[in-house]
Amino acid sequence: MTSPSGPAPAAAPLEGSSPPREVSAVELERQAFRKRQGARSVAVSLVSTLVVAGLVWVLIINTPGWARVQHMFFNGEVFLASLPRVWDGFLLNLRVLAMASVLVLLFGLLLATLRTLRGPVWLPLRALAAGYTDLFRGIPLIIVLFLVGFGIPGLQLIPVRLPTEFWATIAITLTYSAYVSEVFRAGIEAVHPSQRHAARSLGLSHGKTMRLVVVPQAVRKVTPALMNDFVALQKDVGLISILGAIDAVRAAQIETAAYFNFTPYVVAALLFVLLAIPTIRLTDWYTARVRAREQVGGIV
Amino acid sequence: MSEPVLRLEDVWKAFGDHAVLQGIDLEVDPGEVVALIGASGSGKSTLLRTVNLLEPIDDGRIWLSGADISDPRTDADAVRARIGVVFQQYNLFPHLTVKDNITLALRHVHKYSKSRADAAATALLERVGLAEKADHHPDRLSGGQQQRVAIARAVATSPDLLLLDEITSALDPELVADVLDLVRALADDGMTIVMATHEMAFARDVADRVVFLDAGRILESGTPAEVFGAPREERTRAFLARFTA
Repeated sequence: MTSPSGPAPAAAPLEGSSPPREVSAVELERQAFRKRQGARSVAVSLVSTLVVAGLVWVLIINTPGWARVQHMFFNGEVFLASLPRVWDGFLLNLRVLAMASVLVLLFGLLLATLRTLRGPVWLPLRALAAGYTDLFRGIPLIIVLFLVGFGIPGLQLIPVRLPTEFWATIAITLTYSAYVSEVFRAGIEAVHPSQRHAARSLGLSHGKTMRLVVVPQAVRKVTPALMNDFVALQKDVGLISILGAIDAVRAAQIETAAYFNFTPYVVAALLFVLLAIPTIRLTDWYTARVRAREQVGGIV
Repeated sequence: MSEPVLRLEDVWKAFGDHAVLQGIDLEVDPGEVVALIGASGSGKSTLLRTVNLLEPIDDGRIWLSGADISDPRTDADAVRARIGVVFQQYNLFPHLTVKDNITLALRHVHKYSKSRADAAATALLERVGLAEKADHHPDRLSGGQQQRVAIARAVATSPDLLLLDEITSALDPELVADVLDLVRALADDGMTIVMATHEMAFARDVADRVVFLDAGRILESGTPAEVFGAPREERTRAFLARFTA
């Protein structure tokens, strides 16, 4: 017979409670080696980066058209002159981005939840959600912008004229929700069924199981993917210019025409990049953290 | 005679062509501890899952405290709220703290106030010896500690019946004793327990009745002394021989 409740084996001394000890000569030599290796890697990467950057620089500077391109695209005077207007436009992009990202999260999660509903009553909603994601993942965003931005106001459904950026926000939300709902759905399906069993065994209903157990875990799983979609959204808010909203892209276009110089576009591009970099870094950091937590130990 | 907490009558269950339960009859009285033993695949886990309505049965009836819970019109959530389950893999909620794991059902199914649920969780954690882990997340705990939290979660709602599905099978041998001690304490308190187990010594020690399942049938049932001491069936003897070798 096995004896599970028998006397516990003699307790081994606890790790960490032993007195500090001398590090062996072998280990000291290894540490010194690793340190030398590290210093060498830093030096090599520094040199190679400088060489590559130098080469690229020399290549571009020496192209026959460089002087002209520099004047047309990287003109300091035009840069400063156009910055205030482009910045004002960029603020509109930020407003649309803030609004759209909140709406996308809510609507995307709603769509994903609809698709997980079970039971015959919910069939129409389930089918609707599935059809919706198929449709809006298929139509190019630019077409949705045209259809919503020019089509819906044309219905004269609402007596007042709503600003272009309102319809642009709606159009972006429609398209991005379709993508984000699929991300959420993948996350929901990635939560192990045993979690659902445990929750249902406690007497939680399907709805409460989703809300309290499955969705919170799903959101954690898909956060890196969602942040990546957010980076994409940051750029795509620039598309609202095609409806005539004076955003950073549109403002840059106007300034470009005024100065006969393309630098305002570079200004707008710079603003978008400055916006994207923190999110991209945050995404990388968070993804690395999740990976580190899931793969404890091991260096490869 | 008091009414049995659990009664199964001629319960059948098949997965495709594979008959897992073939006419199970079983009664469990209040306060009784029943150990289900048998080889892997003999139907122990499936039996527990049918009681908890995680698996619909193909035929037969299951009563919980006199109410037929195999009737499809039964409110399955209400039935499950009266049954505590502990799983082999603990199945704690990784996104919740230890305390919130325990209070989840109290607050959202049994409608306790937050303070009342927290007090209940604190008392339970005290009892399972993990009071200082209340605000930790499960992944910071050892397997044995996680399983003790899972047991606390299962009994927090004072269920009529506690189902234990091979709760020590995933644990390192040195962690098993703490978990079994806890089950023994619950049994001493009068909890009605049905447990699938491979811990023969524990079954012999704690169970009032041992039920030997073989290929979906109850082949032999009796007190531990009867089943372990003088098994009637050849297959029971063969099964037990592998554990006493």
